[in-house]
Amino acid sequence: MKKLFFTLFLMPLAVFAAGTELHLDKAPDKTRDMAALQRGAKVFVNYCLNCHSASFMRYNRLRDIGLTDEQIRDNLVFSDDKVGDLMKTAMQRAEAKVWFGKAPPDLTMVARARASEFGSGADWLYTYLRGFYRDAKRPSGWNNTVFENVGMPHVLWELQGQQVMGQDHKLSISKPGKLKPEEYDALVADLVGYLQYMAEPMAETRKQLGVAVLIALGVLLVFSYALKREYWKDVH
Amino acid sequence: MKAKMTALLGWVDARFPLTSTWKEHLAEYYAPKNFNFWYFFGSLAILVLGLQIITGIFLTMHYKPDASLNASGVPVAFASVEYIMRDVPWGWLIRYVHSIGASAFFLVIYLHMFRGLLYGSYRKPRELIWLFGMVIYLLMMAEAFFGYLLPWGQMSFWGAQVIVNMFSAIPLIGPEFSLWLRGDFVVSDATLNRFFSFHVILVPLLLLGLVAAHIVALHEVGSNNPDGIEIKKKKDANGIPLDGIPFHPYYTVKDILGVVVFLMVFSIIIFFMPEFGGYFLEYNNFFPADPLATPPHIAPLWYFTPYYSMLRAVTVNFFWIDAKFWGIVAMGGGVMIFLFLPWLDRSPVKSIRYKGPIFKTAVAIFVACFFILGYLGMLVPTPMRTLVAQICTVLYFGFFILMPIYSQIDKCKPEPERLTG
Repeated sequence: MKKLFFTLFLMPLAVFAAGTELHLDKAPDKTRDMAALQRGAKVFVNYCLNCHSASFMRYNRLRDIGLTDEQIRDNLVFSDDKVGDLMKTAMQRAEAKVWFGKAPPDLTMVARARASEFGSGADWLYTYLRGFYRDAKRPSGWNNTVFENVGMPHVLWELQGQQVMGQDHKLSISKPGKLKPEEYDALVADLVGYLQYMAEPMAETRKQLGVAVLIALGVLLVFSYALKREYWKDVH
Repeated sequence: MKAKMTALLGWVDARFPLTSTWKEHLAEYYAPKNFNFWYFFGSLAILVLGLQIITGIFLTMHYKPDASLNASGVPVAFASVEYIMRDVPWGWLIRYVHSIGASAFFLVIYLHMFRGLLYGSYRKPRELIWLFGMVIYLLMMAEAFFGYLLPWGQMSFWGAQVIVNMFSAIPLIGPEFSLWLRGDFVVSDATLNRFFSFHVILVPLLLLGLVAAHIVALHEVGSNNPDGIEIKKKKDANGIPLDGIPFHPYYTVKDILGVVVFLMVFSIIIFFMPEFGGYFLEYNNFFPADPLATPPHIAPLWYFTPYYSMLRAVTVNFFWIDAKFWGIVAMGGGVMIFLFLPWLDRSPVKSIRYKGPIFKTAVAIFVACFFILGYLGMLVPTPMRTLVAQICTVLYFGFFILMPIYSQIDKCKPEPERLTG
């Protein structure tokens, strides 16, 4: 009976070959590295927050990643926002739509939203931010390997330099930037780590609490099992 | 002190059937002593329903059913969910329990229904219990569908769009009906507000009433058991079934054990994998709803996908009516056909333990088809996948429609006189 079930269940799965694949580079995990998250936050407010909001994220939540209110105010808040405010952008959405064809999306949740069967949201972002190349056909002059015909120009180009796509669909640097390739990859990894943190800032709390809850339930399990055995010993 | 409590109880009992209700439903409700693993899921369903109601009350305090855009261009409803996740103390936990609780509820109910199928719990005299249960299942589907719109993410919006538009394929009344349900020509603020109302008051109210009816009907006729025989046929001198044990304390302590194990599994998901690989929280739903950007692939959550597969499997226009309409018929029929189970099963025995090889094979094929349809419903259709879905849909319906025949010709084993454990 069980054999029959498994044959029936597994056999048809073989006919489902996968469709288009998206190859993503694995993002290094920086979510527990406070220094990396702080560097990532700095890159985020310097390069991303000019156009993209993070409108569910408060500046002072960055205390989570080991910063004080003073440090946040002095180094990360550039507008006249207060430290308890949400990370909004000064760019007007209507104007942005004219400039880029689409208003830049809010980035608070991007690291969760971009997850797919091809990889985590962090992998997508890590590949995306390293996948810009020059393309004369695009109005912005830039295209991207994972986000075809992307509206955003390569904001970090001064750091990475310019890439071109060869005949073999591989990217190569045509004009070096301020950073060496491995330095640029490290910077992107920090930024992606920060975006991951920002998408679910309670993630570490959640896991720590989970361990405590499971230990407590484990204790309860022992007692409830003993209780059940005690009551049921006269049932035959 | 004790005398005073007894006096108080006497005072209440003279005015309200407190002690007699306690006895009838718990202390002197005799349940078969051989309940196995499959019998945990009824009490777990009540637990999850309670969790959904409690977490739902707190979510309603902070959630805003408003589709208009805030200053950052994000819909207020979507932003209010993130506000709960970030700024409301313990909001993230409440929200995860509620949204993952929906999946847990369906998982528990599917296992509960499968138990009924295995041991013939729908057979006479338990037809009404089964019917009430099926209506509960239908209401749960409505509740999940309405609730899924509320976070106002991409999948919320486009899922509702697909399902509501689907009704417009019904001949004559379809387009008007869709418009009436939506309250607008597209899924909009009007839709969000009415779905919110249905989700927090209409459906829960009906659900609670039916759960009460389900339990009252069960306690009227008594529980079935893995042997599928009536324990009430063999009673002792006091009129107590020989194979029965009082629900309280025996099954209350056993169900506590079940609850703890369930909570451990539930906690592992909530605390360590809340998205559950995109099956419990769809990744695309972390994007706010955008009526101008249709996602390339729209799939419902896992508990609807077997029926979604049936909807897509019908590709032929029968009787000059659009295939889309017949797809709805297949989908609705796939759910509704469970209602007829008490009258389709003509086997002389109730439990699968004593049923013959034909019935066992039929159940195995049915379960396999249900899983395959569920899996296919999550994927983008291809001609090959559609063909497999069509075969599985036919087998799915065949399981029910042919049951009056194969359940009668099957070689059953004799039922025992007493429970076998």
